[in-house]
Amino acid sequence: MPDKPRLTREEIAARAAKELPDGAYVNLGWGIPNLIADYLPLDLTVFFHSENGILGMGRRARAGEEDYDLVDAMKVPVTLTPGASFFHQADAHLMTRGGHLDVAVLGGFQVSEKGDLANWKVPGARGSGGIGGAMDIAAGAKVLIVCMEHTTKDGAPKIVKQCTYPLTALACVDIIVTDLAVIDVRPEGLLLREMAPGWNRKEIQELTGAPLL
Amino acid sequence: MKQKIFFSLDAAVADVPDGARIMFGGFGGAGFPNNLIQALARKGTKNITAISNNCGTRDGELGLMFKNGQVRHVIASFPGPHANYFQERFAAKEVTLELVPQGILCERMRAAAAGILGFYTTVGVGTEVAEGKEERVIDTQRCILESPIHADYAFIKAEKADELGNLTYRLAARNFNPIMAMAAKTTIVEVEEIVPVGAIEPENVITPAIFVHRIVQAKGIRYAG
Repeated sequence: MPDKPRLTREEIAARAAKELPDGAYVNLGWGIPNLIADYLPLDLTVFFHSENGILGMGRRARAGEEDYDLVDAMKVPVTLTPGASFFHQADAHLMTRGGHLDVAVLGGFQVSEKGDLANWKVPGARGSGGIGGAMDIAAGAKVLIVCMEHTTKDGAPKIVKQCTYPLTALACVDIIVTDLAVIDVRPEGLLLREMAPGWNRKEIQELTGAPLL
Repeated sequence: MKQKIFFSLDAAVADVPDGARIMFGGFGGAGFPNNLIQALARKGTKNITAISNNCGTRDGELGLMFKNGQVRHVIASFPGPHANYFQERFAAKEVTLELVPQGILCERMRAAAAGILGFYTTVGVGTEVAEGKEERVIDTQRCILESPIHADYAFIKAEKADELGNLTYRLAARNFNPIMAMAAKTTIVEVEEIVPVGAIEPENVITPAIFVHRIVQAKGIRYAG
């Protein structure tokens, strides 16, 4: 594996932020996606949705300003932006499942060349595992972006022909943003749209488990 | 007219029998009926089927139920990183678990509330969630049949109740509470404050009184993440 700098988690988040259209209603999942709110381009206005019933979620609460009835999906105290609203969890997921969100950004363990996503359970992990809102969000978003490292810690590709981890949803991913590339999932295959600085197509293909167009 | 206000938490849960199916509201530390859960711990009801988004925060929230061995089966979407008492019982096979996608958990409860006997959804198709469920194609989309989730009781938390049981919620502490209130046969709510009838503007009522059967006032308890 070439020993060259890759994008940091923060840089992956900043790159993914550029995929958000102005005025979009957006859900951010756990992990790298959760960092995106801190890296929005200044000329962009988006409205964040939280699965526990918030539209118009703002930045994280600062010390002294926390209200524990106002938390995000990770239990972190947050703030509101002007024009925010509350609703119950069924309506929150009516928004995710019903195609009302413009963009959802989730983390991933594996994405297949067909856009299948595995992001909720590691095979053989101890304990019960947990699904949370991932399956509803993956099934329903108009555009689903997955942010993740391009390879596992052991260097194995996370973009694969077929997922071997338990699936979250079939054929749901539209865009993959990694520490090496931006890739569009197209009916004809995976389109390598952008490469991280200093990396070339051949190197990225070697670290990808499915052919890149 | 039947009085809905109970003057003690213990009295509000006194008839909850062994084997009851109970929904518990709350998400992310907000909106949990912790006073009612503690009353149920004192009562010692066993073999509970618990329906909730998660399985507690150490011995807080539903954690107490697992610590005490009061739960036999759980229907949940995300047991959670701090649900150690649940995980111990689950590993020992003392508790069984049905994992449900969070929005489908909501919708199955809402189906129960609404007299809907089942619905088809694309959520979970091709995943572990689909195992054993009827699958068909509607409008070219693969989908699976989901069934309602009923309960004998809902334990919920609201901010205010009027004396009839009309409820309001605070910020994102609303979460699962209004859905569970509608879905269960008997809904028991703990509230910060009970106000006279008319003190909540009709247009501000979130859960209408028809869904609420028992009201008890108790200062909310919160457990740190």
